[in-house]
Amino acid sequence: MVLSALLPAVMMVAVGIGAVDVPPADVWRIVLHHVTGGGAPGDPALDQIVWNFRVPRVVLAALVGAGLAVSGVVLQAVVANPLADPYVIGVSSGASLGAVLVITLAGGALGGLGVSSAAFLGAIAAVVLVFLLGRRRGRLAPTRLVLSGVAVGYVFLAATSYLQLRATPTELRQVVFWLLGSVAGAQWEQLPVVTTVVVAVTALLSLFGRRLNALLAGDESATALGVDVNRLRAVLLLLAALLTGTVIAVAGGIGFVGLMIPHLVRLTSGADHRRLLPRAALVGAIYLVVVDLLSRTVNSPNELPIGILTALFGAPFFLWLLRRNNSLDAA
Amino acid sequence: MKLTVDQLRITLDRRPVLHSASLEARPGDIVGLVGPNGSGKSTLLRAVYRSLRPEHGVVRVGGDDVWSLSPRAAARRTAAVLQDAGAGPAGLSVTEVVALGRTPHHGLLGRDGAADHAAVEEALDACGARPLAGRDFTSLSGGERQRVLLARALAQQPELLVLDEITNHLDIRARFELLALIRSTGITTLAVLHDLDLAARLCDHLVVLHQGAVVAAGPVLDVLTPGLLREVFGVAATADRHTDGVIRITYGADPLGLGVVPETAAG
Repeated sequence: MVLSALLPAVMMVAVGIGAVDVPPADVWRIVLHHVTGGGAPGDPALDQIVWNFRVPRVVLAALVGAGLAVSGVVLQAVVANPLADPYVIGVSSGASLGAVLVITLAGGALGGLGVSSAAFLGAIAAVVLVFLLGRRRGRLAPTRLVLSGVAVGYVFLAATSYLQLRATPTELRQVVFWLLGSVAGAQWEQLPVVTTVVVAVTALLSLFGRRLNALLAGDESATALGVDVNRLRAVLLLLAALLTGTVIAVAGGIGFVGLMIPHLVRLTSGADHRRLLPRAALVGAIYLVVVDLLSRTVNSPNELPIGILTALFGAPFFLWLLRRNNSLDAA
Repeated sequence: MKLTVDQLRITLDRRPVLHSASLEARPGDIVGLVGPNGSGKSTLLRAVYRSLRPEHGVVRVGGDDVWSLSPRAAARRTAAVLQDAGAGPAGLSVTEVVALGRTPHHGLLGRDGAADHAAVEEALDACGARPLAGRDFTSLSGGERQRVLLARALAQQPELLVLDEITNHLDIRARFELLALIRSTGITTLAVLHDLDLAARLCDHLVVLHQGAVVAAGPVLDVLTPGLLREVFGVAATADRHTDGVIRITYGADPLGLGVVPETAAG
């Protein structure tokens, strides 16, 4: 398929471009050398730039983009709301609180807990809270889930805002950068965990494609189609939370991707989740690699937070697509 | 397949919605479930398609308690066309909606095979939905949607059909088309219908629910007596078999018993 060939191509190009441009042939040679151990190591300076800085960054961008897009697709179906994104169940407010706590109170580490770990724990704590509040008599009603997510989000946001008020200017800058999201801090050590979670959870979620489709028909109809709606919703929520929590822990609160990429793919290739999930993963990955490339090149040598650019470039394209599409008029 | 509903009691939000409701449908029967709003019709259907667990009583499909079956096993026996579709699944084509009927036939790792495609094709043909196959579901008219949802139910290859008010909001021709379609399937059917005329035409038997209990059951003319129509539905009416063999309901000139007779009726 075109998309699965496009992703590696875009990644190779993105690795080559930057403050120092590296020709594709050299990029290829360096990557090949590290992966297979064969070939010549080449210029150590180039090797350093490509292998230690750009490759992990581009790989992380792809993983984060894929994770957010997949999580968005699943949550939009689970809470039956087109406005849902990966953060609808409180993940981002929880992660923000965790991260900001560590940045402002502990100067980057709290009892050995780094910003990423704190963000992950915050995200999971928020989701567990939303899950418990959204449950009533063993049922997880979509509306109650969304509203619980919003309410929990506000409580966490209040705490985060208070901490920001007390922060020093240096801390505040760090907080704002974290909140806007970035993959600039990508390191090889992070990649095994993030790769495992994104790939494994995406693969698992793909198995639920048929049941996600059934969920589109409404809860009662899905039940009559043999789907245990409550159990399905709980399993999908937890998987999506794990995925989002992992991604946000390493990249901060990158917006737009998880909301818009699912719609974009749905508008172009339909709502059947068995097609939608893998395509959204690829498109999300490609999109974030490209946007990250822009974020470090448009204003070089300064970097723009990726969260600013995701919406700035994505929204106009999305609006154009929305106007072209007729199927939305019927509903 | 035979359906037996025995002594059902269901309470929702501390309100008893059904108490000791029983009914039976023999294989191939079309049974109409009628009654005023709030009489418990939809609740009874939910118990049949295994969405609500009764606190007392049992629903048997093909002899087995539906709660002794897995959700998927129950859905391979019973298919339902309900009202919760709303605007419908946006972005799914008609074929994809019909293919949802194959859901209970697969586990997590199941992929569509020849049997699935055959079932979907057959259901599309049976419901005359073939020309709609490539359309977006949300672009269909009300009558077309119901035909497609019925095709989805047929693709499930069920032995019991459960239908909840599926003729609502349809124009008169679409209603009769849908009734003919249901008759043509030959599948045992339990249908909730608001329109008594349509119920009388479609069904072999009627079951009347009133305030959570079954107050009458049997052949249409035995059930729809003037007394029952007055007490349960609150209207003055009679049901008669006309010379063409069709049972029709005739509502009185003053159906509500207000003592006011419209001019056109009086003159």
